Amino acid sequence: MGNAVSPLFTYALRLGDDSLILGQRLSEWCGHAPALEVDLSLANVALDQVGQATHFLGLAADIEGKKRDADALAFRRDVMDFTNCLLVEQPNGDFAQTIARQFLFSHYQALLFAGLAAVEDERFAAIGAKALKEVTYHATLASDWMVRLGDSTEESRTRTVNGLDWMWRFADELFVMDETDEAALKAGAGVDKAALKPAWDQRIDAVLSDATLERPAARRPVVGGRAGRHSEHLGHLLSEMQFLQRAYPGATW
Amino acid sequence: MSDPSKEWPLWEVFVRGKGGLSHRHVGSVHAADAKMAVEHARDTYTRRLEGVSLWVVPSAEITASDPGDAAALFEPAEDKVYRHPTFYKIPDGISHI
Repeated sequence: MGNAVSPLFTYALRLGDDSLILGQRLSEWCGHAPALEVDLSLANVALDQVGQATHFLGLAADIEGKKRDADALAFRRDVMDFTNCLLVEQPNGDFAQTIARQFLFSHYQALLFAGLAAVEDERFAAIGAKALKEVTYHATLASDWMVRLGDSTEESRTRTVNGLDWMWRFADELFVMDETDEAALKAGAGVDKAALKPAWDQRIDAVLSDATLERPAARRPVVGGRAGRHSEHLGHLLSEMQFLQRAYPGATW
Repeated sequence: MSDPSKEWPLWEVFVRGKGGLSHRHVGSVHAADAKMAVEHARDTYTRRLEGVSLWVVPSAEITASDPGDAAALFEPAEDKVYRHPTFYKIPDGISHI
């Protein structure tokens, strides 16, 4: 096989990177949320995401078989080597923008993990089944907040519309199937993401309707995260997340 | 959150630790309505596998006894030891009594 990278390694890496970057983003709210209860609630979602990342990156490391572990993958790769979708690296903005991102992503994750839980490859299926319970709750939580914020005061509504508007152009990337995705699907380890789109649309539209919000107009999708072409925001996130391992390689406590 | 009139109302939280046990009061959360109160209670009080069921009750709906009446309410029971079921033998292996 020479230096060819296994598609299943890349597939696990993508799943791990999505969860890791979103977990890190959400953890930025710790101590800053609008209320103590909301602080805990966002931290819980963040921890669930980091837990998923640990499983997926651990699996990626096993598949790679080069003695890199999940921590090495998380803390010692450069920004171009990250394969997360662009949506999860978007800045938190205000609370409404954070909720808009969570809303779009959690419904995707809920559908994705329901599919993953049923794949042939038991390693992927096991993580999918465990994570499905977590993201089902995330999707409910984010949807409830969308309705509250959308169908509330003029200010919360405006902020939610703006937050959704910011995040919307990054949603299409979630459903793109490239060679890696096709290979993982064929190998019984991956999900047909493109096929999830109608169900996702239905979920999103139902909540937006409850929230009395318009579905944002379709626009040119922004893609590139899976190939390592990231927004400027990811570099800043990594410099904070990776600081300790960069400054003190191998540090433990 | 400095203006108290704009704060979310308070809810008392009760958690059932496992099937067969009663719901037990564990604390309170702020929330705009019952649905949010359940979510906040879940995220605040069941993070370490503490529960299988949650109740939330608006704190304002609880009617409490008046501490000033404590003597009249509770002290008459003090000398009625015959009301305590201490004359029964409890078999070994019975928990939660």
